Amino acid sequence: MMMAQIQQQEDRLNLGAKKFNMWIFIFTSILLFMGFMSGFIVYVGGRGHGLQVILPGAFRYSTAVIALSSITLLMAKRAAKGLQVDKQRLFLWLTIFLGIAFFAIQIYAWYVLTFEDRIFFSNPNAARSFIYVFSGVHLLHVIAGLLVLLNTVVATYRNIPQVRNIFKMEMASIFWHFLDIMWICLYVFLLLNQN
Amino acid sequence: MSTLAVHDHGVVHHEEGHEHHHKATFLNTYVFSQDHKYIAKQFLVTGIIMAFFAMVLSILFRIQLAYPDKTFPFLTTLLGHFAPNGRISADFYMSLVTIHGTIMVFFVLTAGLSGTFANLLIPLQVGARDMASPFVNMLSYWFFFAASIVMLSSFLVEKGPASGGWTIYPPLSALPKAMPGSGMGMTLWLISMVLFIASQLMGGINYISTVLNMRTKGMDLWKMPLTVWALFLTAVLGVLSFPVLVAGVVLLIFDRSFGTSFYLSDIVLNGQVQPYEGGSPILFQHLFWFLGHPEVYIIIMPAMGLSSEVLAVNSRKPIFGYHAMVYSLIGISVLSFIVWGHHMFVTGMNPFLGGVFMITTLIIAVPSAVKTFNWLATLWRGNIRFTPAMLFAIGMVSFFISGGLTGIFLGNAALDINLHDTYFVVAHFHLVMGSAAIFGMLAGVYHWFPKMYRRMMDERLGYLHFWLTFIGAYLVFFPMHFMGLDGVPRRYYAFTEFESMKRWLTVNVFITWAAIMAGIAQLAFAYNFIHSIFWGKKTVQNPWNANTLEWTAPIEHIHGNWHGEIPTVYRWAYDYSKPGHDEDFIPQNVPFSQTMSSNLPHDFEDNPAGLEEHAKWVDAQKANVAVK
Repeated sequence: MMMAQIQQQEDRLNLGAKKFNMWIFIFTSILLFMGFMSGFIVYVGGRGHGLQVILPGAFRYSTAVIALSSITLLMAKRAAKGLQVDKQRLFLWLTIFLGIAFFAIQIYAWYVLTFEDRIFFSNPNAARSFIYVFSGVHLLHVIAGLLVLLNTVVATYRNIPQVRNIFKMEMASIFWHFLDIMWICLYVFLLLNQN
Repeated sequence: MSTLAVHDHGVVHHEEGHEHHHKATFLNTYVFSQDHKYIAKQFLVTGIIMAFFAMVLSILFRIQLAYPDKTFPFLTTLLGHFAPNGRISADFYMSLVTIHGTIMVFFVLTAGLSGTFANLLIPLQVGARDMASPFVNMLSYWFFFAASIVMLSSFLVEKGPASGGWTIYPPLSALPKAMPGSGMGMTLWLISMVLFIASQLMGGINYISTVLNMRTKGMDLWKMPLTVWALFLTAVLGVLSFPVLVAGVVLLIFDRSFGTSFYLSDIVLNGQVQPYEGGSPILFQHLFWFLGHPEVYIIIMPAMGLSSEVLAVNSRKPIFGYHAMVYSLIGISVLSFIVWGHHMFVTGMNPFLGGVFMITTLIIAVPSAVKTFNWLATLWRGNIRFTPAMLFAIGMVSFFISGGLTGIFLGNAALDINLHDTYFVVAHFHLVMGSAAIFGMLAGVYHWFPKMYRRMMDERLGYLHFWLTFIGAYLVFFPMHFMGLDGVPRRYYAFTEFESMKRWLTVNVFITWAAIMAGIAQLAFAYNFIHSIFWGKKTVQNPWNANTLEWTAPIEHIHGNWHGEIPTVYRWAYDYSKPGHDEDFIPQNVPFSQTMSSNLPHDFEDNPAGLEEHAKWVDAQKANVAVK
């Protein structure tokens, strides 16, 4: 019965169409990253430059952290559906914390790349600059993702209708899981092209 | 439970959907409006202003081309140090060409055209109360507005606007010291484009979502008018291609400001060797044209959709080959992503790859020819009403044919060696996507003006505007083919410097005067447009006797478009002059039960009950005839 009511309210608020907007937005982001990746492929193929970099180990940790954040977000969503607001909040804050940790580890990876490995952003081998471009543009998305998550958790402190709460959770989930998957794709892409 | 889940969205009034009731204030009604009809008008007016601006730029550089050795003191008065001693400087000439192209391609024919009509027509023609996200839709306009201001502001910087051509190829665009326009002007160009792309993506996402999710009852995809199909596919193209341009532009910004070498290699600037190594300027061209080619279809497809609608309404005939029209639009959309290499035939591309791009390019002739044939077949033996909108739609078909033919020459990798970067290219795209798209847009403005402003435009001024513009455009662009065949290159400042091109000066004088005439003709449009907004004849609800849903909405604009329930759709949009019906049009929201005398068996393809009723009715009619 409750599911049916939520379904009905969702239709009335046009939330389905708004969720669809998010999916298309994600699609445009994927295309942006595909643009960079194909740029990388064309560059490497055309100029005979390879990456020839051992990627900093920090990337492994950041990958684990963002994957974990996806799991906490799943838990938050499950809690939201069960009307357990406290649990929802806890897992949302946890997700945000992990997101910030991911951000910090990425910056640390840049530090390692620049100051220890001496692989600079402005580099005659632009394939190496691409490491910064991939992770940097992804980090810009992560900032947006953190803002979305923050908006969702703040909303739980106001007394908003359950249908809006679920909607916000779903929007945040779609976006955040996408960021997670996108980073794993980028990392795997870099690993495969390491030589 | 299941009865609750079935939802009749027609009954619910839009206002109830908001958490709070918004109070109508001046700001949220006339400035930051979230009503798609108002946003459409904002896009249109901004687009028209930008178009006039770009037109003035073109007349300025036409003056230089026609009279390279004469001085015009008024130019110095108007342009200051950009035109010292009454002559436009060579650098500023390049800026004029660049900004004319940029404004026309992006600001007028992308945002001005699909921004206006997608906003106006998508919700009204599919039967929705507004866009999927009205707020994002509003943001889309204001990002576009900001982009316009930034682009125009580049005329205020000391060294002038960007001047590397609208394609902003590196290294010219990547090295701020390469030429005056590569400095601050180029930076502003890039900022403006980033804002513009954001605007286009927000708009496009909304258009797609609205078409796919918010159609009224009965409006399946195959009942949508061709305008909606065209605007929908245009939005899809934009969403697929603009992000790739972002990727290209981001890398360009890094090269400009952060010292990377994505596009730069082996550069010597003012005798000094630059530190850049290993970059590839061709990479930028790939990324740019992967957007750039779909972009030309983003420009022409809305014009095609608008013209299809206007042609059918004013021929009082169904559009010829509705399904073929849709499939050819889809075909053009798909093909547009695999032809970008034809812009790069002379970049040292592998000839085999050039051959592949040549084949895909020439295949586009097939869906284009299908569309052209269907437009002509729609006109064939129609009961044609020559309204100004109809004339512009016919003009669009004319330009599309005459410009499209030269595309077959240019798409040929061997011929392109000779024709690349000559006036032949200029003539080609100004006809096929410049004039054709502008004519489609003007057809749309004349046709839907009553829907936007609740008044009619003046017909006689419309005819004057049409004929002067139509003749003017051919006089301007047709001679350019011959210049191009003779090898006259585009973007050159003064041809008098070259012995072999001197003889084309008289042609340039002719073109310039034709352009000035066509430019003056636009004043007729401007006067007509502004005058009609305030003092035009008041319109009736359905002034063109058209079938589509927007004409069932009340004349006065209400937020939510329809009072009460949204009309249900029962038939396609093209039941014009259907035999057996007493009027020559049947709107989409008229059920078949009200039009028994004109129904045909194939109207009931998926509806056996309806077919049975139809058969019964036909039998009854036959029995009546027999009794008589």
